[in-house]
Amino acid sequence: MIDVSHLSKIYKMDAVETVALDNVSFFIKKGEFVAIMGPSGSGKSTLMHIIGALDTPTSGTYILDGQDVSKLSKDQLAEIRNKKIGFVFQAFNLLPRTSALKNVALPMVYAGISKDERMKRAEELLKEVGLGDRLNHTSSQLSGGQMQRVAIARALSMNPAIILADEPTGNISTVQAEEIMKIFQSLQKQGHTIVLITHEPSIAAFSQRTIHIKDGKIDKVEHNGYKKGGGH
Amino acid sequence: MDFAELISSSFEALFLNKVRTALAGLGIVIGIGAVIALVSLGQASQQSVQNQIQGLGANLVTISPGSTQGAGGVQGGFGSATTLTYDDAMSIQAANYPSISSVSPEVSRRSQVTAGKNNTNTQIYGVTPAYTAVHNITMNSGTFITNADVTGNREVAVIGPTVASDLFGDGVDPTGQTIRINKIPFTIIGVTVSKGGSGFGNQDDMVFIPLTTAQKTVFGMTNISDISLSASSANDITQAENDAGYLLLQRHKISDPAQADFSMFSQSDIISTISSVTGTFTSLLAGIAAISLLVGGIGIMNIMLVTVIERTREIGLRKALGAKDSTVVQQFLIEAIILTVGGGIVGMVLGIALSFVIATFINLPFTISVYAIGLAIGVSSGIGIIFGWYPAKKAADLSPIEALRYE
Repeated sequence: MIDVSHLSKIYKMDAVETVALDNVSFFIKKGEFVAIMGPSGSGKSTLMHIIGALDTPTSGTYILDGQDVSKLSKDQLAEIRNKKIGFVFQAFNLLPRTSALKNVALPMVYAGISKDERMKRAEELLKEVGLGDRLNHTSSQLSGGQMQRVAIARALSMNPAIILADEPTGNISTVQAEEIMKIFQSLQKQGHTIVLITHEPSIAAFSQRTIHIKDGKIDKVEHNGYKKGGGH
Repeated sequence: MDFAELISSSFEALFLNKVRTALAGLGIVIGIGAVIALVSLGQASQQSVQNQIQGLGANLVTISPGSTQGAGGVQGGFGSATTLTYDDAMSIQAANYPSISSVSPEVSRRSQVTAGKNNTNTQIYGVTPAYTAVHNITMNSGTFITNADVTGNREVAVIGPTVASDLFGDGVDPTGQTIRINKIPFTIIGVTVSKGGSGFGNQDDMVFIPLTTAQKTVFGMTNISDISLSASSANDITQAENDAGYLLLQRHKISDPAQADFSMFSQSDIISTISSVTGTFTSLLAGIAAISLLVGGIGIMNIMLVTVIERTREIGLRKALGAKDSTVVQQFLIEAIILTVGGGIVGMVLGIALSFVIATFINLPFTISVYAIGLAIGVSSGIGIIFGWYPAKKAADLSPIEALRYE
């Protein structure tokens, strides 16, 4: 599903070169739940941006769902983000004063799906994440965990190739964090591919495999499949 | 994302933040309203002044006696000469110029007028029946001075409504009553219709008596104060001035027009002078309006900038979820257009209503300046679109990561 090979990202600022990613290669299978872990400044955010088609690498290739994403134009990247990637952010990033339904439907707006179909699918997805009774609540009427569930429903709305979660439990309580991670696990069981970015080992433990990044390189890969009942 | 979708999501976004939308709209409403109201009022006052001047008489040309050259080469005061005579006026009339429709010789002095215990100081005009045609005089009651009154040297008077109310009180028809001018009794034969106007040259504060009576009985003079001509049409004014002028030069045996012992000015001279004054006034108002438009525009710009900055994260999110740069820019542009067009329409209605109310209140003709409407709406929507587009473009150009991180 995700094939990253010899990926490098170099930032140039006032003639000073910063190597954020240095020749990184890995492969994530379809239906896998992988955590990418590392301390801040390790390059894991840069890696996430490239995987999320938010940024392009300086060199190397990134093949997502059989398509080379590393050399696409801005508009093509926007389409990849719309159709193949479901984002879940640390800060939820729901539209303020907007109902849960409309938030979930937003990616479908950009895909040109009709309003009736959007609303129908958004409702189904919200029911799936356990928010069937909060369809018309706005973000200020929801708890952190509930907001993140809306965000997960939104990530699922285009039935993407991968779900990319960036510190999804960073802004919510420990109890709710566990619920969110359970949702990711059940999504993985349904066959979704999930990439989780985190710096917390206890959160990474919900995944099947943890890729540790340090100084822009892969430090080690850890298989933690059965630690928290995560899948296979 | 199709166009209808874009418009509906723009409306949604505007509706979500009613206060912000209302504030941005208010700037546009006030800017446009002020420009339309101020320029319309400027034009209305210009129109009003022109109407008043035209009320002095249609296509009026006035010939006044020139100044006399004293023995020591000292120039006498304007109008001090006695160079114009009744015969001068009659010869212009007798020449039957096609450019001139009426000729009115006039004598005027200020004098005390009494009726019983009441008295007033007013302008006495010695006139012929031609006066009514030249100066647009209409009668409220009775008749004007007739030829028989002039040839018969009769002691009859026509008074203006101001004089009538000063001497006889309001609502009383003084026809048949007697007034005394320089102690000489005159019988009132008519009252003129009010022309409005006030202050210097108030055309309601006048007493008309036969020209001959004024010259011989009241003032004891042989010359006349001025000759008023009515040109056949507005296009004939210059021709009328030439015709009358050369005839008078010939009669006064003057070969060099520069040495003429009389002077002429026409109503069009006054109108053009006054128009340039009121034009300056209108420009001043337009200047003030332009400043308010600019302030309004800066208001729009501020709100648009703040709106976009405030929504940087939203833009980042929309981009992360698959919005193309062009879609983001389009959405903000459409929001700006809805805002400026909506505000523009409200401002236009407000401006027109405001100028109507003020015009009614201070008694001006109500005019709508199409030019001001076009200018105001053009400028404010231009500002709205440019300052809506520019920050949106900047935000759309940000990488979604930076936009999402924006605090």
